[in-house]
Amino acid sequence: MENEKNHIIPYRTYLFVLAGLIAATLTSVAVTQISLGTLTVAIALFIAAVKSSFVLRIFMHLKYENRMFSAAVIAVTLLIAIVIIITLLDYLFR
Amino acid sequence: MTADIHRDDLASKTGMWLFLFTEMLLFGGLFVVYSVYRYRNSQAFHLAAEELSVFIGTINTIILLVSSTTIAMSITAIQKKNKKLALLLIGITILLGLAFLVNKYFEWGSHIREHIYPGSPVLALRGQGDVLFYGLYFFMTGLHALHIIIGLVFIGVIASKIVRNKIDSGNYVLLENSGLYWHLVDLIWIFLFPLFYLIT
Amino acid sequence: MNTQKEIAEPSYLDYKGRYKGLFSWIFSTDHKRIGLLYLFSILSLFVIGATLGLLMKFELIAPGKTIMGPQAYNAFFTLHGIVMIFAVVIPGLPAVFGNFLLPIMIGAKDVAFPRLNLFSWYLYVTGVTLVIISQFAGEGPPDTGWTFYAPYSFRTTGTMLPAVFGAFVLGFSSILTGLNFLVTIHRMRAPGMTWLKMPLFPWSLYATAWVQLLATPIIGITLLMVVAERTLHIGFFDPSLGGDPLLYQHLFWTYSHPAVYIMILPAMGAISEIITTFSHKTIFGYKFMVVSVLAIAFVGYFVWGHHMFTSGMSGTALYTFSLLTFLVAIPSAIKVFNWISTMHKGSIDLQTPFYWAIAFIFVFMIGGFSGLILGSLAANVHLHNTHFVVAHFHFIVFGGTGFAFFGAMHYWFPKITGKMYDKRWANIGLILFFIGFITLYGPMFYLGFKGMPRRYFDYDEVFHAGNIISTMGSWVLYSGLAIIIINLFSSLKGGAKAPSDPWGGKTLEWTIPSPPPVENFTETPVITKGPYDYK
Repeated sequence: MENEKNHIIPYRTYLFVLAGLIAATLTSVAVTQISLGTLTVAIALFIAAVKSSFVLRIFMHLKYENRMFSAAVIAVTLLIAIVIIITLLDYLFR
Repeated sequence: MTADIHRDDLASKTGMWLFLFTEMLLFGGLFVVYSVYRYRNSQAFHLAAEELSVFIGTINTIILLVSSTTIAMSITAIQKKNKKLALLLIGITILLGLAFLVNKYFEWGSHIREHIYPGSPVLALRGQGDVLFYGLYFFMTGLHALHIIIGLVFIGVIASKIVRNKIDSGNYVLLENSGLYWHLVDLIWIFLFPLFYLIT
Repeated sequence: MNTQKEIAEPSYLDYKGRYKGLFSWIFSTDHKRIGLLYLFSILSLFVIGATLGLLMKFELIAPGKTIMGPQAYNAFFTLHGIVMIFAVVIPGLPAVFGNFLLPIMIGAKDVAFPRLNLFSWYLYVTGVTLVIISQFAGEGPPDTGWTFYAPYSFRTTGTMLPAVFGAFVLGFSSILTGLNFLVTIHRMRAPGMTWLKMPLFPWSLYATAWVQLLATPIIGITLLMVVAERTLHIGFFDPSLGGDPLLYQHLFWTYSHPAVYIMILPAMGAISEIITTFSHKTIFGYKFMVVSVLAIAFVGYFVWGHHMFTSGMSGTALYTFSLLTFLVAIPSAIKVFNWISTMHKGSIDLQTPFYWAIAFIFVFMIGGFSGLILGSLAANVHLHNTHFVVAHFHFIVFGGTGFAFFGAMHYWFPKITGKMYDKRWANIGLILFFIGFITLYGPMFYLGFKGMPRRYFDYDEVFHAGNIISTMGSWVLYSGLAIIIINLFSSLKGGAKAPSDPWGGKTLEWTIPSPPPVENFTETPVITKGPYDYK
């Protein structure tokens, strides 16, 4: 049993993060109403990535955990990204 | 083997994170399929996306974000020995999850009434891009909804353990783990939402 | 390291717990019993798979129909592949020897999640049952090959759904085992056992566990997509609906190539243990062995396209995958070099496990070299889908994982059972097995090079002589196998009592009684030295 982390996150923190997440969501919807071509989707995905990082770091506690957890999350994400990229090497160049 | 003497919360949490990685890879395979077919049918995907209701999608996104917040807050409540608040927050989480599913039911229903569903001859007539878009839409949101149901069951079990004091301020790793699972379900939707609703 | 004093604690075999008889096994959460449950299941499935192979080879002894026609042959090689790959070789070493030895070798009482461990075995049994059901239900057994390629897999009238679900469930079993081992290794090493003091078999299980965890979900989702294609006509792989059959192949091999590293990495770990012990010398280049096992797992994730060179991929994909395939051979070569270097100037004790290890190196190298040939784009055009490929993967998978499995079986037999096996019969079995193996698979290189296709029940007369030799090899192999298995079973009853350390090994399992007590160690060991502390 370990007590290294009895760190308690205040309710307030969670609510602030929620406000930010909702704002980001509404922003991404608004942005996509404007047509900016391929940039639109890139922005929407970027915003999604930012939202994810808040969910991961605050809600899922990665900010306060051993660094190994964050490293693993990043590694797995990269793995998926590389698999997609290598697969697209086939489709893009046929 | 005696349970109490050898409790390892870090092992339990690590196990949950590893399981989340498998879920990421599971959906990752679908993102591979999405990337390929989006690349090959970008115009059709673009047009098909306009048929989805951004309004319902946004509501659902916010529902999940709030539910993630409430279950995260329930951990703070348990740590502060506020059993009632923890149960209230978990209850709200479950209700929000159910609301998400209800929305999905109506969304899918409206498509199915228009004969848009995997294998539908009407859909096949609309062209390959549409078939693939809606195939991915139903499969990915369907698999996601299945995970919401699993998550709700998991959280329900945890709630009952809290009621019976099997989970308390000195032993709450299971609540954390159920929270982690729920956040993952939220994370997946955070990506599904733009990829299906906002690629207009 | 001190030898544990012999205390009158019941061994895990004699232990009387809550349940009696059969239930004391199938409800047990003791990692050692679970390892044996897997051993029993996997050996049974192996015998089934080997018998299927024997019958397939008998069909191929002459051109034209010998004992079965094309539909039956297709069903045979499909089942042979599904059983051997998903039910034997992938679970193989991790499920049997990983379960039994991992906790002991790191100084732990059990794995991190013992009940999950038992659940993994239940999933295994369920998966296998579904596969068996597919043989007898519906319109006929599956005939797509174990690779379930689209579009045939969703158009065939053969019974696909139980087989596909069976593979899915088996995959889930593998994932949970990997998860369990990862947490076990991270959290339960004995005090003083730093990462770089851990022996190489646990290290290989660690690398393997990451692959089990991160690769298997891909085939999980791919199989679900096949189900959706078959039942809902969803269109992902159906060209008439806009799908690309090639995408199925990409997804399938994105798992199934790392899967072969699930097969070979623990095998390499076991070989490292065996060679070190019977050379009475510490492993040469321990750190390189660790890094190479992790490198193989990592790079192995990105080479899957070499199964698809002739499928129609882009040129860019072709040379990317070929390059990465050559790269992944490098860490394997490092390991072979280090094994040989370990033996050099060692004090060799010629025992059955060591013979298996040398045989492993020989066949693994042949298999590996043939892999490089296949990894060369131009050669692959000629050799793809011929018997050259069949020879390659039997040398490297059967030769690799199979030989290591039998080596491990003999190496750890005294520890697991508390008895010594009969050495003479073990060696006779090995020699017959080896001769049969080379005779069976060797000619296939030539046959494939000359153009004999795989997965055909018939062939041109020009291939006849090679096939006769090959089929006769299968009979010799099968008899060798029978002798080996019968010898082990009979040694269970009549073998001499085994001491704690019959071989002079230095890893932790040799410090406890044979067979071990339920909780492995009477006191948690404290580690102060490296794993192979020979003078």
